[in-house]
Amino acid sequence: MEWLQQLFNGISLGSIYALIALGYTMVYGIIKLINFAHGEVFMIGSFTGFYAIAFWGLGFFPALVLSMTICAVFGVLIERVAYKRLRSSTRIAALITAIGVSLLIQYVVIYIRGAQPEAYPNVLPNRTLDIFGIQISSQSLLILLVSIVLMIILQFVVHRTKIGKAMRAVSFDPDAAKLMGINVNNTISATFAIGSALAGAAGVIFGVYYTKIEPLMGIIPGLKAFIAAVLGGIGIIPGAVIGGFVLGIVETVVSALGFSLWRDAAAFIILILILIFRPSGIFGKNSKEKV
Amino acid sequence: MLKKVSPFWLAITLAFLFYGVIQLLISTSILNPFYSNTLIFICINIILAVSLHLVIGITGQFSIGHAGFLALGAYISAIMTMKLDLPFSLALVAGGVVAALAGLVVGIPSLRLRGDYLAIATLGFAEIIRIIFLNIDYVGGAAGMQVTHATTWTTSFLCLILTIVVIVNFTNSRHGRACISIRENEIAADAMGINTTYYKVAAFVIGSFFAGIAGGLYAHNFYIIQPVNFGFLKSFDILIFVVLGGLGSLSGAVISAILLTVVSTFLQELPETRMIIYSLVLVMVMLYRPQGLMGTHEITDYFGKWKWKRIKGGNQYGG
Repeated sequence: MEWLQQLFNGISLGSIYALIALGYTMVYGIIKLINFAHGEVFMIGSFTGFYAIAFWGLGFFPALVLSMTICAVFGVLIERVAYKRLRSSTRIAALITAIGVSLLIQYVVIYIRGAQPEAYPNVLPNRTLDIFGIQISSQSLLILLVSIVLMIILQFVVHRTKIGKAMRAVSFDPDAAKLMGINVNNTISATFAIGSALAGAAGVIFGVYYTKIEPLMGIIPGLKAFIAAVLGGIGIIPGAVIGGFVLGIVETVVSALGFSLWRDAAAFIILILILIFRPSGIFGKNSKEKV
Repeated sequence: MLKKVSPFWLAITLAFLFYGVIQLLISTSILNPFYSNTLIFICINIILAVSLHLVIGITGQFSIGHAGFLALGAYISAIMTMKLDLPFSLALVAGGVVAALAGLVVGIPSLRLRGDYLAIATLGFAEIIRIIFLNIDYVGGAAGMQVTHATTWTTSFLCLILTIVVIVNFTNSRHGRACISIRENEIAADAMGINTTYYKVAAFVIGSFFAGIAGGLYAHNFYIIQPVNFGFLKSFDILIFVVLGGLGSLSGAVISAILLTVVSTFLQELPETRMIIYSLVLVMVMLYRPQGLMGTHEITDYFGKWKWKRIKGGNQYGG
């Protein structure tokens, strides 16, 4: 039953990656930009949740909603201030700006509150359930459920609502979408808002699950979530979810085999292998670049 | 008479005059160790900036994993001097060669990628190199490795001159022109019969070699090296030199490396402020002057008589 236990742990970790990866993949799908600052939105979400729980005494769900709201606003703000001017410039300029914004947020947070880590308060009842012989904490079960519910809501938004339809249209062809009367700017803002809200939720969940947060916490989960997005095929929403779960499971297995220090390297090796052998990801189609 | 002297030898002579003056000031203790150390640090940063300039500015390959090659050079040269008791000069060369080999290994598969994907892959490679050093007990793991202080003004200046001479000559050669054509339009360059993979890998290997040399100097300028010194932030530091100076301008990279090293030396007590300034500079430059301080111009372009032979090209990076 040991491997089943590890599988469950991997899925819990993977759900956090998947939530962050959704934001990456949606933003990439719509403006073809690797939003490096997404990991920082995740960090801001985690801290918002922390302050909401520790200082304002909110419960888990109100804190989750608050953090998602603040992150949504924050994500739109980043897009409006930094990325909007760069839509017509080169990809490299946009990428450098994203790196700059990411560093700026990290160090402004450190400047304001210092770099010391913070212990996340315990908001969820922690009982250990025994299901099919594996030990599952009620906490990780709830976290997994929250992630899955959020993903289902996202799926609904993207496929059944007007804004979702607009998002799909803009990601397919922004110019044609504009001709059809879609407000491209608002659609891009909505994409940033939804993606950032999911990252904020992931931040709160991460805090509850790992009980330690710090201003530089966004870098590694952010990169891994990006790897997850690339793994599933960047720009493809179900791909990001599957990629997140696969990455979470692989990492847990690598740790369980006794190579926990090599966990981060495993993620990057997966990235490089996928980029070399199947750059469009598991679900992607190959396309040739034209002159 | 001056007209008959080629600009190359004129520049070299001026450089060595400058070197002599500084060396005199150091040996007569007019410059205290703080300033001479800053000068050494400037040299190392210029080497890094110029080697990355070859990859990003000239060949247009967006690599953000330069700290990985720096780490390789640093550790290999430190192992040579500390564990194997070999002379420092040999250690420097070995660091460069190993970094160049790594550049070759990394370059051949990953240069099939372009743009964002290449950036993220090189970042991944740099992280893997860092994690490998973190896990090898022979080099001290996370605690780091003790290194003697062997880098002097003379060695760092010689390495700097060597780097600049090689990279300027490479840029102005047939190979350099091929690299520039790849930067301007890779698919068109390919269609013109340029072996794009060959030139991209060549630029990558040369860039890594000098990053390795800089690593050797870097390691021997401190008393200890730790894997944590070679993380993303180091890569971004080097990237900022190239971006601020102007993607495609060697003198721009040199100027911004000098400028930012001086700024960061004075902000050493306030690391957060330094990073806030760095990142604000990065964002502001990209938003308001995406071509950087110098664009693709060289400083010699402004002195008509001394104009070095170089190729003018369009500016891919906006402007």
